[in-house]
Parts: sequence; C-alpha cells; structure tokens
Amino acid sequence: MLIESIFDGKSEMTQGSAKKCPVVLMTRIRLARNLSETPFPGWAKLPQRTQVLETCLPAVASLNQMKRGITAEIEELSDLEKQILVERHLISRELSGAPEKAGVVISKDQSVSVMINEEDHLRIQVIKTGYRFKQVWNSVNGVDTALEDELDYAFSSRIGFLTACPTNVGTGMRASAMMHLPALVISSQMEKVVRAVNQLGIAVRGLFGEGSDASGSIFQISNQTTLGESEGEIIKRLSSVLKTIIDQEMNAREKILEKDPNKLFDKIGRAYGILQNSHLLSSSECMNLASLVRFGVDLEMFPEETRNTVDRMFIECQPGHIQHLAGKAIDTSERDAFRSDYLRKQFENIERPVFTKHKSDTEDSSEADSENDEKE
Amino acid sequence: MAKPLKCDLCDESATVHLTQILNNQIHKIDLCESCAEAKGITDPNGYSLADLLVKPEAEGDELAEVLESFDECPECGYTQREFKKTGRLGCEHCYDTFGTLLSPALAGMHKGDKHKGKVPERAVERKGYEDRLNALESELQEAIKHEQYEEAAQFRDQIIELKKAQKAEETA
Repeated sequence: MLIESIFDGKSEMTQGSAKKCPVVLMTRIRLARNLSETPFPGWAKLPQRTQVLETCLPAVASLNQMKRGITAEIEELSDLEKQILVERHLISRELSGAPEKAGVVISKDQSVSVMINEEDHLRIQVIKTGYRFKQVWNSVNGVDTALEDELDYAFSSRIGFLTACPTNVGTGMRASAMMHLPALVISSQMEKVVRAVNQLGIAVRGLFGEGSDASGSIFQISNQTTLGESEGEIIKRLSSVLKTIIDQEMNAREKILEKDPNKLFDKIGRAYGILQNSHLLSSSECMNLASLVRFGVDLEMFPEETRNTVDRMFIECQPGHIQHLAGKAIDTSERDAFRSDYLRKQFENIERPVFTKHKSDTEDSSEADSENDEKE
Repeated sequence: MAKPLKCDLCDESATVHLTQILNNQIHKIDLCESCAEAKGITDPNGYSLADLLVKPEAEGDELAEVLESFDECPECGYTQREFKKTGRLGCEHCYDTFGTLLSPALAGMHKGDKHKGKVPERAVERKGYEDRLNALESELQEAIKHEQYEEAAQFRDQIIELKKAQKAEETA
C-alpha cells in the first residue's frame, strides 16, 4: 500500500528535474528539533518514546504541507519498504533501524519528510532537485514554524535549539547539496577538494551520507557547524564553497576536453555500450555508468531528456528499488541480471552519442588557449 | 641576571618549571622539589596545572565531590560516562548539567558559542512565563520564611493572576 503510493505518485526525486542543472543534483535542508521536558529518543524509555510518537505523528500529519501525504510507523514497514525509503532519501538509515516507536510523515510530492524519534524527536527535511537553497529553506522553515504552533520545542536563548548531539545544537540545521563531480574524480582532484573544503567547516560525504561510498561521482556536501551563525549565514557560506567547487569541476571538464578528449569520449562511449548491452550489472557499476552518460548530456552528446532517465536510474538501480521492480525479494546475482535487463530497456531508445560536435569545440578552445600561452 | 624563581606554593627556590597549554591558554608554574613531589607532578599521568592553580586549597575529597555532583543529570539520570561514550546527551537539561564539560567544546566545534539563528516564539514565551513564575514563587517562600504575610499574600495573588493569564492565552 505504502510502497505503491510512493512509486505511483509523481515524485520530486524522480521527476523533478525540469531545469538544466549540470552539477547540483539536489538540494536538501534538514532541521533537528526536540520537544521540551522529554528525554531525547536515544535515552527515553519506551513510554516516553510512545508519547512522543503519539504527540508528533498527528501534529505533523495534519500540517497543510502534508495533505494527502503518507504517514507510517517504522515498525509496520517491511524491510524492503524501509530500504526503498532510504534509497529515496526520505528516511535515514538510522531511522530504518530504529528500535521502537519511530515514525515518518512524507508529503504527497515526496519533497517534505519528517522523521519522528530518530536521533532527535523531530527531523524535518525538504529535498528538491537542482540548486535551490532559497526555495528549500522557505519550505522547511514553513513546516518548522507551523509545527512550532502545535509543539513545544526544547530551546535555549543562549545556545538555540537543543539537540541530542552537541554537533547539531543552535540552528539544528544541516544544509546539503548532492553534487555530480565526474571531472574532479577522473582527474584525481577530489581528495584535494575534500581537504580544502573541510578546513572551511564544510563536510563531504558519499551519496547516502556518513560512511557511504562515492559511486557515480556523487558527493553530499554540507555545513558542519550549526552554532554561532544564523541559518542565512550558514547557507551563504556553504553556497560560496559550492560555487567554488562548481567552478573547479567546470575547469577540470575543460581541461580534460583539451588535453585528452579521446580518453573521455572512450569512457562515455563504452558506458553507453554497456548500458545497452550488458547482462549483469551491479548497482555501483550502474551508478558509475549512469554518471558518465550524465556527463555526456552536459557535453551535449546526448539529448537533454536523457538527463531525467539518468537521474532516475541513480535511484532505481539501488537494490531495494530493483527488488520492487522485480516484484519479489531476489539475491545479489539475480538482481544484477534483472538490473541489466531493466537498464537495457531504459537505454534502448537513446540515440548514439554525438562526439563530433565537441571535437570542433575542442579545437576552438585549444586555439584560444595557445593564444593565451603566447601572451604569457 | 634574573632572580632565582620562588616556588608558587611555598617560599623555597623553584627547581621544577612547567608549562601546559589547555584550551589555547598557557599556564606556567614554578615549584620547589618537595612541593612538586607532594602534588604528584613527577607522575606523568592525568594531572592538570589548572586544577593546581585554580583550586590550590581544595582537598582531594572535596574536588571529587564537586565532580561527582556533575556526574549525573538530575532531570533524566544521564551520566557523564554515557556522554563520553556516545557523544550524545540524554535530555535538554544535560546542556546545563554538563555545561562545564560542554561549553569549551561547543565553541571549538562550532563557529561560536551563541545562537544567532531562528527563535521559536512559543518556546520563548513559555520560558518567559516560567522564569517569572519561578521568581515569584521564590519571593513568596522568602516572605513566608520571614513571616511577612502581607507581602506573601501579594505574591500569591500575582502568581494566581499570572497562571490565569497564561491559561487564557493557551486556550485562545
């Protein structure tokens, strides 16, 4: 029931990308909130956790933003359902493994989700495709303000919103962007970028947060500090770092096209060939191939519509989604076969990449560059 | 030539010179041999100049008692040991309970130690009400203790009024 509405509904995650956005796949902001006079979920006894859930679940579900949304207690969900919600970034891994009395409310368009009894009593999250911090902040702030009308938050005028982990205290806000950075990965510059960015109080993680790998060259980049600055200041600081990373990625792309276009075209061409012809595909290989095709779309080798297909594959090639599509629980090797069948179908009507266009572009830019060299 | 340094604890000439940097603050101390030994400085494990300088009078037992009182949150029973293990707190009051432990750490892990972001109106209102109520109640107790019954009656009336106003606001 739940799973069908998740799949059948039009979702922000799989259909939202109308605007062209080469580097930033999605923007997300989450706020950590707790009820006053109640121990945090990790320390609360069962009756207290129950009370928190019984207070919060109806309060959240009755919000305007949650009209015709989905409300669920985690205990009632099957493992597969939980996995699919994690793959769609609608709940966290921590919540999916929560002991008892945890819940989630998800808006109809799947852009807003509120987790209950995760690390904090409430984790309010808004996620949208593309680079849209302003819209995402307005949305999450609206949900938070509406909830505050119903619930008493734990708050100190000195150190702000009080959270289970002192690393979230203050604004309780974690703002992040999922960035597709294939050129920085190909040219082995990612490590350097991570180090520089860490020094600015910005964290870099894999697609599924802490501890996940960066398959598909997708990175989650977020603020590390939550106290001492306003939400606006944090977002501004994060945005300026993101802008620098976008510039670095674009420079790296130009450089690859200049120095070794054949190496890149070879990668993209092979990715296309494998997606159309393979008979066994792991999710991580699939992520990497889809990433190369997306890079190809940015370089106009594939038609723009292909971007949507690729962005959808980033989610649908995950193990939970594959099992849902297969209609039953299947093991890894069966999944790999099913995944390759599914992707062959998705890519069968996508036309061959056009390499020529870029070859002439490349020559132009290398001429421009040699002029620069002379001046130097 | 500089005068020979005297021991910070007695007047003997100092032969042990120590510098320790804690939370970006430099602490220096000069001691004579016997004081150094008495304070256990020759033991390289677990000793802090700050303890030595700030509380030179405190007896070992007294100090332990002070630390003990901070060891458990009176509101939720969370312990310092638990916090050190998980890095998470038990309830909102733990921020006060473990304040001495947390405050320097907060400034270190964040961009400052003061909240500058969004303020939830209801929580602030409630806090203002609670603060006023607590203040009035303690004044009431004080007045009763000193047998100033007229004043006590006034405080009592104020408390009743404040509670009534709060109730009206909640149901509004």
